[in-house]
Amino acid sequence: MVLTIAFWALAIVGVLSALGVVLLGNVFRASLSLILCFIAIAGIYITLHADFLAAAQILVYVGAISILILLAIMLTRDVQHGSPSNKLRLPAFIVAILFVGTVTFAVLNTRWQVSSVPPQEPTTSAIAGLLFSVEGFILPVEIAPILLLAAIIGAIVLVREK
Amino acid sequence: MSIGLEHYIILSAVLFAIGLYGALSKRNAIVILMSIEIMLNAVNIAMVAFSRYIVPALLTGHIFAIFIIVVAAAEATVGLAIIIGIYRNRETIDASQINLMKW
Repeated sequence: MVLTIAFWALAIVGVLSALGVVLLGNVFRASLSLILCFIAIAGIYITLHADFLAAAQILVYVGAISILILLAIMLTRDVQHGSPSNKLRLPAFIVAILFVGTVTFAVLNTRWQVSSVPPQEPTTSAIAGLLFSVEGFILPVEIAPILLLAAIIGAIVLVREK
Repeated sequence: MSIGLEHYIILSAVLFAIGLYGALSKRNAIVILMSIEIMLNAVNIAMVAFSRYIVPALLTGHIFAIFIIVVAAAEATVGLAIIIGIYRNRETIDASQINLMKW
């Protein structure tokens, strides 16, 4: 019961704030709406018993990526132009509606084999065991820092003054 | 009515569609990047929901979501750096005016 109320509240807040990102005219307000959307999605993770992911979502998205986006908005000083639409607005809307309709139709007409096993409650140690064991995901864990290092060096090279 | 897998997948689809609309129809490059972040988050919700309801003992969806977060962080860093570089050279971040490589 509590889970139902929490899901609906978080889903409504998440969808409304995501709509705010694409519909608000002011870019700065759109980015604040994006932060609210990230927080609502972290709450959705908690209703799915994904405690570690909720913490990672708060740390990475709300803590780091939002600040990066705000900083980019301030550095580009393009706020006064707002967030106009291009001439693909109506086709994009139709494509989005068709996407939601297709996925909803497919989901409602599929017989999901929902498992009745109760979810693991503290997921952190189980995720650590999966990430760092040899039969788990140790190779992607080793590759991810290389990707992050390349991204950091690339960003520094791109914004460096000549 | 209790909350099931379908609710989470439809929520994920709605968020993805909002991000898709924003990414296709906006001219401000930063707003396009924010729409892409919404799409990545929608995919994460679907991953975790499938993991929670189909294979609750395996947590594979959580691992996938963690790697999606890593790649999204790298993407946001490089994307915003490119936008700042373009603004420095051309004084605009309007995606319809950034047409140097357009044939």
